[in-house]
Amino acid sequence: MKSLAELKAIKEKMQGQVGIRNNDQAETRVVVGMATCGIAAGARPVLQTLSTLVQEKNIPGVIVTQTGCIGLCQYEPIVEVYDPEGEKVTYINMDEEKAKEIVDKHLVRGAVVTEYTVGNI
Amino acid sequence: MLELSLNILDVAQNSIKAQSTLIELDVEINSEQDRLVVLINDDGFGMSSEQLEKVTDPFFTTRDTRSVGLGVPFFKDAAESTGGEFKIESAPGKGTSVRAVFGLSHIDRVPLGDMNATVEMLVFFNTGIDFVYRYRVDDEEFALDTREIKELLEGAPIDSPEVKIFISEFLKENTTEINKGRIF
Repeated sequence: MKSLAELKAIKEKMQGQVGIRNNDQAETRVVVGMATCGIAAGARPVLQTLSTLVQEKNIPGVIVTQTGCIGLCQYEPIVEVYDPEGEKVTYINMDEEKAKEIVDKHLVRGAVVTEYTVGNI
Repeated sequence: MLELSLNILDVAQNSIKAQSTLIELDVEINSEQDRLVVLINDDGFGMSSEQLEKVTDPFFTTRDTRSVGLGVPFFKDAAESTGGEFKIESAPGKGTSVRAVFGLSHIDRVPLGDMNATVEMLVFFNTGIDFVYRYRVDDEEFALDTREIKELLEGAPIDSPEVKIFISEFLKENTTEINKGRIF
């Protein structure tokens, strides 16, 4: 059985890095719908992919969060990207592959992937 | 839902919405009794007896974005269609407790699926809430208690990359050890 003992060492290592996180940057918020409709349509791996990639690629100023149902259940999984000015892009029928594309194109390079947006239906 | 772990993730969202500070998730598999039991307990604001009566009704919801509420009815149906049972208890200020019993080998039982992904999602995206997850197969079990983890971390964030990797590995290794190659 793996125990929690290793956590102490991990914590110690982390203490040396405090302060390098740039939290005061303007924030882009990536919001994934995680109500019954979203979860049933496959939102869990989408949220997992987005969150893991944003952390792995260390994309500055991007936070990934979850929300409830926004009333477009038939288009779930839905991912909304709010830029620092509050402008919103809504991506629909997401899956892991599309989520990876959103990270590379939209979150890293700032290019909206128009073919997956709600305006494209 | 394609996995019971998705039902559990979904029903636990209700506990989060009820402003719980502690959510307990138990998955207990008993091959001798041929049962799989799921318990979800929270200390959130609970439901009135009127709400409790309607909670298994698919046409009742507290949301205003749509007029149906399928989370609890889906979970209840998933249990009852395997010859199991479903019980939900709640009182205002006392929290809510959900218990679903499944026939383990019943042909209509939905696979448990990726329970660890469900636990990770809950823990990493609700850092202000404590979770206790217990996983038991016959006489072997392990538990993940975020209160213990947070104590060891002494204020370091539970959703930092290093800690997330550790928790994922902790869940994966212990689950693999207990499952012994069996898939539930």
